[in-house]
Amino acid sequence: MASELLELTVARAAERIRSGELSAGEYFDAYREAAAGDPLNAFLWTAEGPDEGGAGEGELSGIPVAVKDIFCTEGVATTAGSRILEGYLPPYTSTAVKALREAGASVLGKTNMDEFAMGSSNENSAFGPVKNPWDHARVPGGSSGGSAAAVAGRLAPCAIGTDTGGSIRQPAALCGIVGMKPTYGAVSRYGEIAFASSLDQCGPLTRDVTDCALILRALEGRDPMDATSVGIEGGVELPSREDLKGLRFGIPRELASDAEGIERGVRGVFESTVELIERLGGELAETELPHAPHGISAYYVLAPAEASSNLARYDGVRFGPRADGDDLTEMYERTRHDGFGDEVKRRIMLGTYALSSGYYDAYYGRAQRVRTKIAEDFARAFESFDFVVTPTSPTVAFELGARTDDPLAMYMSDYCTVPMPLAGIPAISIPAGLAEPDGGGPELPVGLQIAGPAFSESGMLDAAHALERAIGFDSVPGGGS
Amino acid sequence: MIDREQVLHVARLARLRLSEEEVERMATELSGILGHVERISSLDLDGVEPTAHVIELQNVLRPDEPRPSLPRERALASAPDPAEDSFRVPSPQA
Amino acid sequence: MSGAYEAVIGLEIHVQLSTRTKMFCGCELSFGDEPNVHTCPVCLGHPGTLPTLNEQAIHYALMIAAALGCEVPPLNEFARKNYFYPDLPKGYQISQFDKPIAVGGSFADVGITRAHLEEDAAKLTHVGASGRIHGSGHSLVDFNRGGTPLVEIVTEPDIRSAAQAREWAQLLRATIRQLGVSDVNMEEGSLRADGNISLRPEGSEELGVKTELKNMNSFRFLERGIEAELERQREILESGEAVVQQTLHFHPEDGSLTPLRSKEYAHDYRYFPEPDLVPVAPTEAMLAAAREAMPELPLARRDRYIEQVGIPAEAAATLAFQAEYAEFFERALEAGDGASAKAIANWVTGELVAALRDAGDVDPGDSKATPEAVAALAGMVESKAISHGSGKRVLSKLVADGGDPAAIVEAEGLGQISDSGELEKIVDAAIEAEPEAAEQVRQGNQKAIGRIMGFVMKETQGRADGGAVQKLIRGRLGAG
Ligand SMILES: [Mg+2]
Ligand SMILES: [Zn+2]
Repeated sequence: MASELLELTVARAAERIRSGELSAGEYFDAYREAAAGDPLNAFLWTAEGPDEGGAGEGELSGIPVAVKDIFCTEGVATTAGSRILEGYLPPYTSTAVKALREAGASVLGKTNMDEFAMGSSNENSAFGPVKNPWDHARVPGGSSGGSAAAVAGRLAPCAIGTDTGGSIRQPAALCGIVGMKPTYGAVSRYGEIAFASSLDQCGPLTRDVTDCALILRALEGRDPMDATSVGIEGGVELPSREDLKGLRFGIPRELASDAEGIERGVRGVFESTVELIERLGGELAETELPHAPHGISAYYVLAPAEASSNLARYDGVRFGPRADGDDLTEMYERTRHDGFGDEVKRRIMLGTYALSSGYYDAYYGRAQRVRTKIAEDFARAFESFDFVVTPTSPTVAFELGARTDDPLAMYMSDYCTVPMPLAGIPAISIPAGLAEPDGGGPELPVGLQIAGPAFSESGMLDAAHALERAIGFDSVPGGGS
Repeated sequence: MIDREQVLHVARLARLRLSEEEVERMATELSGILGHVERISSLDLDGVEPTAHVIELQNVLRPDEPRPSLPRERALASAPDPAEDSFRVPSPQA
Repeated sequence: MSGAYEAVIGLEIHVQLSTRTKMFCGCELSFGDEPNVHTCPVCLGHPGTLPTLNEQAIHYALMIAAALGCEVPPLNEFARKNYFYPDLPKGYQISQFDKPIAVGGSFADVGITRAHLEEDAAKLTHVGASGRIHGSGHSLVDFNRGGTPLVEIVTEPDIRSAAQAREWAQLLRATIRQLGVSDVNMEEGSLRADGNISLRPEGSEELGVKTELKNMNSFRFLERGIEAELERQREILESGEAVVQQTLHFHPEDGSLTPLRSKEYAHDYRYFPEPDLVPVAPTEAMLAAAREAMPELPLARRDRYIEQVGIPAEAAATLAFQAEYAEFFERALEAGDGASAKAIANWVTGELVAALRDAGDVDPGDSKATPEAVAALAGMVESKAISHGSGKRVLSKLVADGGDPAAIVEAEGLGQISDSGELEKIVDAAIEAEPEAAEQVRQGNQKAIGRIMGFVMKETQGRADGGAVQKLIRGRLGAG
């Protein structure tokens, strides 16, 4: 019975709860039990029961949600995967979590993540790596790896995460689920611990596209606490499309055929998905995003620069642990040395350097201009196409430890996902099939990425829905190894 | 490309204490990443406006109306060293 | 300053705006409250919080821009100024950098480089060593003030003396006070002035090496601090050495200047655009609202006092540049009571200023002597109902205890002696008492009248009309 409950989509479970067929308590308990048993190290904290005062009359009434531990939750430990926030109990709750609660959902638990969302494998968590439910010896992707693993591993029906350079879409792809990064400004960032403020965006991780739309519907909106939030005008419609007739899809050469480092298996799944698009009536053509290959370079200047500033507040004065020091500077330096992990330190150093006197123009200034060019490339593509499609991740899930000694190799995991946040546009990853890794081994999920113009979420979900039906991805992770 | 001295200077700006081993490793790793990043120096970006915000919004203002502040105990609850109703720190004048 | 050098001074003035709430959060502003009672997750820099921009702060900044004759660029933007300090909760100050809200103005013959908006730091109090082995002491942070809106005004180096710097800063203060956008209290820190100071050979167009002078928390200290620094630089230059660029702290207790350790100020602020706030593009409506909210400003008021009210230039400036006296004067003028504007102005800028200073620098607005009472008093003297001397006595009564001048005159018997018979008797007695002086007057020495007058005034306790007494003496002594 419990295992059958864990297979329900959010839409179905919500419907059953509404009709009285399923009790919200029973549904929550099934997940609470699953999450408490967590074999993936996906959760950092799990709730005892549904939120008090939650389970209201909204569309998500009775639905447990796994929340990336980057969202502040009043009175519940919030760490952003870092030692420097160990024991921190926020005095307030993020707007995204409030919105979910207002729709009737309850926080099931807080999920593991790369420290301050910096990473593509979840190996940068201070609380240990998360395992990929398809193969426990492999990474789930990151930085929202805990959220993705929990949803794929049937420990949560749905989750929210954040995406700065691919942190929702890439782990969704590696775990065989749906993940969406909405348009910058669609969802409030208030209470979402900042990594790179001009890029960060909250979005859903779900088992299917309809659930993704349901969660996004609850999340989006203009928030007076976030000056950069606008919401999605007209809201989000639930997807219903069954074909792709009349839709034009561009395949950017730079992120597909010409891209280096795309695994053979990933390429194969991508090509067959493209054929499927055509069979569903979609028009297809190759297009160009000439500056997209520079996305990683621009991103690894801009994001660390913003991060170096955003992470200055972790100084041992107002919250979090403090290391002893004979004077103020020593206290600062030791607190931050002890509190931050290697990748975070690396990015703080990189960002501080890029902004420092004498280097600003060469790094930050240029990166901002590359950003402009990338946005212009997309704008030009969207004059001819409704959407562009690419593989989400160049590779399937890699083995734990495979890239930890090579930061640049790790950064290349986001090659296909980085250009969209730079342009502020939405993109979704849906499971497109299974493929063997280049070195051989068991078949693992491959994601297809669809990106569209700003605020095209409803149309994008609709197209993804049609494609999802045609793909018919119904594999379930088996654990393994 | 980025040497030891630069690493130490940047670490000082960022208030990060680095061990000897970390300084060496950082110099190598940062040089590698910057080597990749420098590819953008070959692009012709003359006359291209920098993007600071991806959405074109202006004048998002808040009315000057008070909202409740935190009770002091709550404000100090997460402080590592609260004292005399304040946040105590080692003196910057030391 | 003597000799071959010319002082080149620019000022940086920080003005705390008197909005209801902080710059970027809804906490109320406070002064003198217990520590850390006006904080929230935003102004404590908690993880995940975001700033939201106070619309009234923008409005006030636009008013200041208009008052300083500044241009308002079509777009202004916030930036992060990154540095670590315990009074800075986020590790950066949200300020304006390359796109300030106002540029290129001119105010009272001093160029305004720019004016920009930013947030104030928290209050840091050093509490000294606590007996620990390393005994380096602690500081306490109170975040009540953290996030208070500030406008920073930067002038061109157009000021040529310490006295000019003081006068100019005082006029700026009066102007901003008049705008009603700040309490502009230097002691409380709602107005803070730093100086950029250098010397150059007279006639030279080049700028010398400058130093930055901080911590001058009154106009007197501003003048003294700049004076001291100019003197220091002059000695260095005259001995053939070079001035070193540095930041100095002025100690008003002994007039000394100490350099702030250069290491602390070797900052690299790593400015970049604040991603959490969107640009501000002042609309025509916002600009119009700022213009419409502008009251009459001190410079315009001075000119009006001179040209329309008919007050001598010096008194007009004294009144117009000190808003508290201007307000007092205007209310007195309104009460009128038959006194001329000039008479009221003279009483306010002369005797009242002196009396309030003697009473311990009382603010005229808090004085027991009301504008109505001072106007009535001025009228009584002007119409010769009482003598000037009696007027002064009434004023000191008013300043001490308040009340109605007519009642004081009555109670103290200060009314002018108008009975000519009585006055004649006193004059005769005076001539008898001062025979030598009387003889001199008879022989044409007009000056000698003074002694006889003095006797009369003493006898009458100043209640006699001087003019009438003089006439009587002359008549009696045949001195025409
Ligand atoms: Mg400033
Ligand atoms: Zn606040």
